[in-house]
Amino acid sequence: MNIFRFSSPQTFYPLAGKLIPVFGSLAALFCAFGLYLGFFVAPTDAVQGEVYRIIYLHVAAAWMSMFIYLVMAFWSAIGLGLGTRLSFYMTQALAPTGALFCFIALWSGALWGRPTWGAYWVWDARLTSQLLLLFLYFGFIALTRSIEDPRRADKAGAILALVGAVNVPIIHFSVKWWSTLHQGASVSMTRSSLASSMLIAMLVMAFAAWFYSIAVTLARARRIILERERHTDWAAAEIARLGRELSVTGSR
Amino acid sequence: MKTFFAVLHRDLLLAWRARSDLLVALSFFVIVASLFPFGVGAEPEQLRAIGPGVVWVAALLASLLALPRLFAQDFDNGVLEQLLLSPEPPVIWVSAKILAHWLTTGLPLVLIAPVLGLMYQLEPGASGILTLSLALGTPVLSLLGAIGAALTLGLRGAGSLLALLVLPLCVPVLVFGAGAVDAWAGGMPVTAHLSLLGGGSLAALALAPFACAAALRLACE
Repeated sequence: MNIFRFSSPQTFYPLAGKLIPVFGSLAALFCAFGLYLGFFVAPTDAVQGEVYRIIYLHVAAAWMSMFIYLVMAFWSAIGLGLGTRLSFYMTQALAPTGALFCFIALWSGALWGRPTWGAYWVWDARLTSQLLLLFLYFGFIALTRSIEDPRRADKAGAILALVGAVNVPIIHFSVKWWSTLHQGASVSMTRSSLASSMLIAMLVMAFAAWFYSIAVTLARARRIILERERHTDWAAAEIARLGRELSVTGSR
Repeated sequence: MKTFFAVLHRDLLLAWRARSDLLVALSFFVIVASLFPFGVGAEPEQLRAIGPGVVWVAALLASLLALPRLFAQDFDNGVLEQLLLSPEPPVIWVSAKILAHWLTTGLPLVLIAPVLGLMYQLEPGASGILTLSLALGTPVLSLLGAIGAALTLGLRGAGSLLALLVLPLCVPVLVFGAGAVDAWAGGMPVTAHLSLLGGGSLAALALAPFACAAALRLACE
């Protein structure tokens, strides 16, 4: 089977529809299992007490937010290089999920920082580069939404994602350097080495976040496909079918 | 090369004929920098501590203010379209336009920085490092800003969108630029900061014109 067959929106649409429940239920299973491990199996941290358990959410979200930006840059490069519409749809479907995980990472980091560091916000390298990453996501979303011609929006967003991806490591290292110069060791994490059950719980949660992202992105991509391909016969038929379903459930 | 100098000459001439615009951006830089003492107090020690950072942030904002003009006029009167139709590779005249933009908006900031250094009670040496770091760093602001200006060309609310796109990318320049002066004041070597700024400038010079040309082609399609 040729996988490039699925680079066409028309063939990708039903495939995505089949994959969404698979990844959705995988995400739910992993999340339930990971939270069980994190809250009932993993031991209490010797230094931080119970509050450390927020890392099961925090670390998974932070990893995902960075990973999604890379995936966006990947699809942007494919889209600009091969001119495939679906790549641009994927980039735009990924962005809100990336921004969401960025926000979750910042929020949970603040909640963790209050009891641990004594402040909701410190200008720590990780927090600061996470904040800048959130701005990069906002910039991407704002740019693609404010360009009216969808084809220009696709490509402009892809160029921005690539420029951002080149800059992300530079931003990260400069911020790291800056915070070591200004803060020294005052905010270094006094964390005992992770017990293996903690690590497993963290990895399971990371997989849960990953599967969730796939499911949500595919669902969003399906909507984008319908919106952008509405001039084609198959998409118009699909939209009409969805409309009928909606009116049937509505009149019940 | 002929194209490069022709476009450079034309843009400099246009900038010279509308020189009051340039003066506005420059005054903005000075005003922003001189507002800070009113906000945080004028103790010499404090001024000396915040001075380099304030001057750098003001330079960042001033160059941001000047960015929409980089391509907007040529876009409106169709010059950009003609340039894109010409057989020359766009990277050449895009680089010329960015250079002209830096010469007219970046260089004046560099030249006036020592005066701001005096206002902030910086030592002559620190002031010199500040000027040098601005000279090495402002080209990056122009180059990165040009990508943003090309991406937002002709959009509603381009100005605020431009800020959202460009400012996060400029953070490393700010870190190393203001950091160089802090390092000098702390008696540490500044070569690392300045080399990184220069290296950043060269990397941006090598990559940004291509991204900028691609974005301009997109805007004119």
